[in-house]
Amino acid sequence: MAILVLAEHDNQQLKPGVTNAVAAAQKIGGEIHLLVAGSACSGAASAAAQVAGVAKILVADAPHYAGGSPENLAPLLVGIAKNYSHLLASASAYGKNVMPRVAALLDVAQISEIISVESPDTFVRPIYAGNAFATVQSTDAIKVITVRATGFDAVAATGGAAAIENIAVAADSGQSKILKQELTKSDRPELVAAKRIVSGGRGMGDGDKYRQVLEPLADKLGAALGASRAAVDAGFVPNDYQVGQTGKIVAPELYIAVGISGAIQHLAGMKDSKVIVAINKDPEAPIFQVADYGLVGDLFTLVPELTAAL
Amino acid sequence: MKILVPVKRVVDYNVKVRVKADQSGVELTNIKMSMNPFDEISIEEAIKLREAGVATEIIAVSIGVTQCQETLRTALAMGADRAILVETVADVQPLAVAKLLKAICEKESPQLVILGKQAIDDDSNQTGQMLAALLDWPQATFASKVTVTSGMAEVMREIDGGMETIEIKLPAIITTDLRLNTPRYATLPNIMKAKKKPLDVMTPETLGVDVTPRLKTLKVVEPPKRKGGVIVTDVAALIDKLKNEAKVI
Repeated sequence: MAILVLAEHDNQQLKPGVTNAVAAAQKIGGEIHLLVAGSACSGAASAAAQVAGVAKILVADAPHYAGGSPENLAPLLVGIAKNYSHLLASASAYGKNVMPRVAALLDVAQISEIISVESPDTFVRPIYAGNAFATVQSTDAIKVITVRATGFDAVAATGGAAAIENIAVAADSGQSKILKQELTKSDRPELVAAKRIVSGGRGMGDGDKYRQVLEPLADKLGAALGASRAAVDAGFVPNDYQVGQTGKIVAPELYIAVGISGAIQHLAGMKDSKVIVAINKDPEAPIFQVADYGLVGDLFTLVPELTAAL
Repeated sequence: MKILVPVKRVVDYNVKVRVKADQSGVELTNIKMSMNPFDEISIEEAIKLREAGVATEIIAVSIGVTQCQETLRTALAMGADRAILVETVADVQPLAVAKLLKAICEKESPQLVILGKQAIDDDSNQTGQMLAALLDWPQATFASKVTVTSGMAEVMREIDGGMETIEIKLPAIITTDLRLNTPRYATLPNIMKAKKKPLDVMTPETLGVDVTPRLKTLKVVEPPKRKGGVIVTDVAALIDKLKNEAKVI
């Protein structure tokens, strides 16, 4: 049986996470199709067709798919679900919003945020903020799954040549309407896809100091900026900077934690990073237990020094 | 209008969980249990809507063992008006929870169900969306601001790139994110008063819902430990390590 991956996109390009979900689909095994549902989304469909290892792109193009409303996307997925053994999406805000709705309509369980595929019906997923890994087996006919991107190395975004097929669109549910979107504007890489991340915590003191100290370092490294929950709660940076159990899950090649003590829920979001550097004045801070390299001292001296030396 | 708020009894967020030696799950004996933090936010939001004159009654619902009554009493002490416990010792997974809540919605006809976006034990993040699907109601997940006007709710949601504001028709489902509000503490007089508030007990059978689990947990293990690294003396040493040992810059 074939596997369908719901592709998140902005109508022009695919979002990070799609290629990781395709990688998870490859581990399950079977022909892989991508569903691109959007409004004037032919750009995204062309991008999807180039993803390595994908056989077919299904395109549902209609104004009411523009914002990714789950009330509209779920019936669309349910309508084609009988052709598939597995329905996958990246565990982004988009995937988490839609997929449980699909699962319930199909009367099946969802397997959330898998990090490994053991067999076509058995998967590993973190529970308790990643403090335990559960191996779960699904007894349902159709497996609805969200994929934690950090668990799977992305397939190549180019090199494929999938066929593009338009599918019938479902009617607009009319239940929900997007009034506005305020997206954080940044020239930096997206947090969840960045190879390097500089992250700040409560130790930054305030939002101005966060920016003065961390932005030059991030610029030097070409890194994304992140934050701990404490820094977000204190209003230093917007909510979408948060790395942690209930924020974003990241696994860059280099994660530099500055002024972050290392609460369990923060570690849950970044401890799969390849190399972790911690800069903190408290040598007892739990962050040092997961850091590869620790630097104890005043971040307001050390970080500018590091920035200058790079 | 009525607001229904489901609350889950989970391992307290301050407890560091331990995996059982037989790999059947995590150790729950003699562990401090509390209300799921996101559900506290849901109760608080419902109370705010009642204080604003939008809601008239708040019903807290929990599903699980007898001790979930304690969680419900906490919700009542915070300000919920009455409580329902669906008592069962079964492993109730999100789909079954959504079906039980649907049955209760059909009895109670709330205009709004406010749920936490996820429980901090299984981290599933499913129940609200599933309930919305089963009821064919709109959903506003990951809410960071809620405004209810005649027959509509305007909800600001946390999404990956920033914020999004949507308008949904009531009845509807809202799931709460961290920064929606700061839950109040229950005061001692309110804890005393909560003991007298009504708490109904029912069962999955009386609600006509099959709660058989669809996912079988084969084993639960500790995650691989990250070995601690080294403390370097200065910035130069750090750069040397990153360049020559880790090779990441």
